Amino acid sequence: MIKYDIVIVGGGPAGLSAALSAKENGAESILVLERDKELGGILNQCIHNGFGLHTFQEELTGPEYAARFIEKLKEAQIAYKLDTMVISISSDKVVTAMNGKDGILTIQAKAVILAMGCRERSRGALNIPGYRPAGVYSAGTAQRLVNIEGLLPGREAVILGSGDIGLIMARRLTLEGAKVKVVVELLPYSGGLKRNIVQCLDDFNIPLKLSHTVVDIDGKDRVKGVTIAQVDQDRKPIPGTEQYYACDTLLLSCGLIPENELSQELGVAIHPATSGPRVDESFQTSVEGVFACGNVLHVHDLVDFVSKEAKAAGRHAALFVRDGAGRKKCREVPILAENGVRYTVPCSIHPEQMEDAQTVRFRVGDVYRNCFICVYLDENCISRKKRLVAVPGEMEEVILQKKDLQAVLGLSQITVRIEEA
Amino acid sequence: MGESSKIFLWMGKRKVDIMYDVIIIGAGISGCACARELSRYRLSICVLEREEDVCCGTSKANSAIVHAGFDAENGSLMAKLNVEGNQKMEQLSKELDFPFQRNGSLVVCLDEEQAPDLQALYQRGIRNGVEGLKIIDRTELVKLEPNISEHAVKALYAPSGGIVCPFGMTFAFAENAAANGVKFQFETKVTAVGKQEDFWMVKTSQGEFQARYVVNAAGVYADEIHNMVSADKLHITPRKGEYCLMDHSAKGFVNHTVFQLPGKYGKGVLVAPTVHGNILVGPTAVDIEDKEGVSTTQAGLEELLDKASATVKNLPVRQIITSFAGLRAHEDGHEFCIGQVEGAEGFIDCAGIESPGLTAAPAIGRMVADIIRELACPQENSNFVGTRKGILDPRSLEHEKRAELIREHPAYGAIVCRCEMITQGEIEDAISRPLGAKSLDGVKRRTRAGMGRCQAGFCSPKTMEILAEKRGLTPSQITKCGGNSHLIAGTNKDRI
Repeated sequence: MIKYDIVIVGGGPAGLSAALSAKENGAESILVLERDKELGGILNQCIHNGFGLHTFQEELTGPEYAARFIEKLKEAQIAYKLDTMVISISSDKVVTAMNGKDGILTIQAKAVILAMGCRERSRGALNIPGYRPAGVYSAGTAQRLVNIEGLLPGREAVILGSGDIGLIMARRLTLEGAKVKVVVELLPYSGGLKRNIVQCLDDFNIPLKLSHTVVDIDGKDRVKGVTIAQVDQDRKPIPGTEQYYACDTLLLSCGLIPENELSQELGVAIHPATSGPRVDESFQTSVEGVFACGNVLHVHDLVDFVSKEAKAAGRHAALFVRDGAGRKKCREVPILAENGVRYTVPCSIHPEQMEDAQTVRFRVGDVYRNCFICVYLDENCISRKKRLVAVPGEMEEVILQKKDLQAVLGLSQITVRIEEA
Repeated sequence: MGESSKIFLWMGKRKVDIMYDVIIIGAGISGCACARELSRYRLSICVLEREEDVCCGTSKANSAIVHAGFDAENGSLMAKLNVEGNQKMEQLSKELDFPFQRNGSLVVCLDEEQAPDLQALYQRGIRNGVEGLKIIDRTELVKLEPNISEHAVKALYAPSGGIVCPFGMTFAFAENAAANGVKFQFETKVTAVGKQEDFWMVKTSQGEFQARYVVNAAGVYADEIHNMVSADKLHITPRKGEYCLMDHSAKGFVNHTVFQLPGKYGKGVLVAPTVHGNILVGPTAVDIEDKEGVSTTQAGLEELLDKASATVKNLPVRQIITSFAGLRAHEDGHEFCIGQVEGAEGFIDCAGIESPGLTAAPAIGRMVADIIRELACPQENSNFVGTRKGILDPRSLEHEKRAELIREHPAYGAIVCRCEMITQGEIEDAISRPLGAKSLDGVKRRTRAGMGRCQAGFCSPKTMEILAEKRGLTPSQITKCGGNSHLIAGTNKDRI
């Protein structure tokens, strides 16, 4: 059996950053397993710019952003395998993987970092009624076809969902010569970043219809058109509001789902709100020595935050390998997400083990204006920050100080909540 | 094989391009089962199919159930062939290498008042010759199915009930028939059938075909074909059934096929595992006009989930990965119409094949073959091979064997569909084998690539690439399911 200190499942932005950080923090033998034919993950098909503002203080394209990490990975001589699919991970951290060259690999790791990313919600999961013709694509699949293969999936498109990939693809299809007739969003607000709505829709005069959805797909062979309708407060279509759009393509950008099938088989506890593993402040999952970061943990808006989070996960994995499982057990305090906060990452913290400051990331469940983001240690509010607007499409964060947590004797819970003015 | 057709080449008075002993119209489960059974004899046989592949109509969208046989009326052909088909299934699944599992079925009674109906069903099953039937009480039922509804009072348990892969079974029949010399003509729509002297002339979108015998296995179109040759009209209603399918992460939610007590519109909504570990819920039952009307509806889906919630609790609706609709070929008399049509010598109907048609298919094939055997008195085909190997599933191999396979064929180490873990090797096999896949759906139904939770989001570009290479197609020639179902419109900026 092959042995590595740390095996990283996934060579996208999370896996790359975690690998580099693990190396910087003293881990010697690291192996990155990537299922695609090159490192970089989904960044390779994200040829638009806007990546790296936080990390490199400049705007890069996806492949450029990935390239910076890939170069460093190669400089650091971190081992990686391409076209390699991880089939299973056991709780004693034996990773079984497969590729055409090596056949079936079994690798004993001391720590495993899960960085498998996410997938798009499919038409089936959305239960869009109608026929099942060609021409219904998830936005990411269309992005791959256009940006990697140079193929145009259709000439006239309707896009359901105003997530970032949908918005980016509205612009991309327009630039490549297709007509995007409308972007339809079920919710009364967009799930994408504000800048993408401006740069991808407004600048190209593509209408965005909020509180609308697709209620029928027409066409037996290839999409001929879709019917959209307005929805009520319960997101149910309102009869009489139907509008037919002739088109040959329907793109779906209706949310991303962390790919945790491997994690679940391994026995990692999954958070119902994120569909990602529950982790503590060291990004360790419920299975000791198994860490998670990036979109497999929770879906991010910005790759910069993925890199930052993965850097922390890589560091903690390296420390875990160095100190072994012999680290003393100490008290774990849950972080509760309440009143408009859908979840937090991490969802628990060890005040004695934590670093001086700990970032807690979260999303709100609705649009909040003039609200306060509040942090409670047990009953006491220690932070109450005013926000003009908080939206589900943009990740929020609060920072916990170790000294504050340690100051509370017998701290039993931390709560993050939205309070309206 | 094919020798008798030569006789007909000189017996016919006009020159013909293609003359067969038997033409089978329709490459669904019935047509393919007939083809396979007929290939036991020295007959030249051709299957005409309007779609681009086998298994494109009713056979592709149904409950995938091997019924025990307690539903059909006593003494009906349905009852007889159901029980026979069920009995043949296990052996056949081994010979032809398709997935089948005898998981047992339960008909759940939700109300003490309905208990007599359950008893009647039991009695009917006994009279139909179904073995092992018993009525179980709630305690036993909960032991078998912990997720059964709180309202379930008792159930009819049929250990002989099973589940099958309808695609796998149809491909198995078709490939085995093809290996034994049966020809398949795809994208060949029959437009007219008429008797000319002592043979049948079959006009199609791809020219004329002639045969001594015609088998009408045209599914929802079987009435149209029948009515071309008979004044005694047949009427088939497409009865739409919607389904939803849950990911195999829901595996184990139920282990038996869970039916509701039958009502006016058939067997009601069932909740069943599939042979691949998914959970299937369906079907609804709505009579429609359009023989291609396989659209799903919001109302249908809601009805499904609502009805399913009557028999099971905590239905994992979040794990739904797709929904689809199929059409039952419902004949007015709700009976299989199998036999030589009166006044149309040599024209054999295999019509009205709705549930339990999939189960009965092996027996239907046998029955049709017997009819033709009696009429044509053909010799046995001494070269007949009764077994067939399906696409190799590397996951079924032990670790060492699998590693060895990858060493010899690295394509078996390259995962294309990550949800179902399907390798390039399997996809290439699906394309290159006889009657191989020509489209994305063809690959999907043969290998399951694209059938998982991401619904081909990740693998379709790669599958398209493999299809293009193996079939010598350009990207814009690749289709989802033949015809005009093109997947790619052009290239970037090609019209700017």
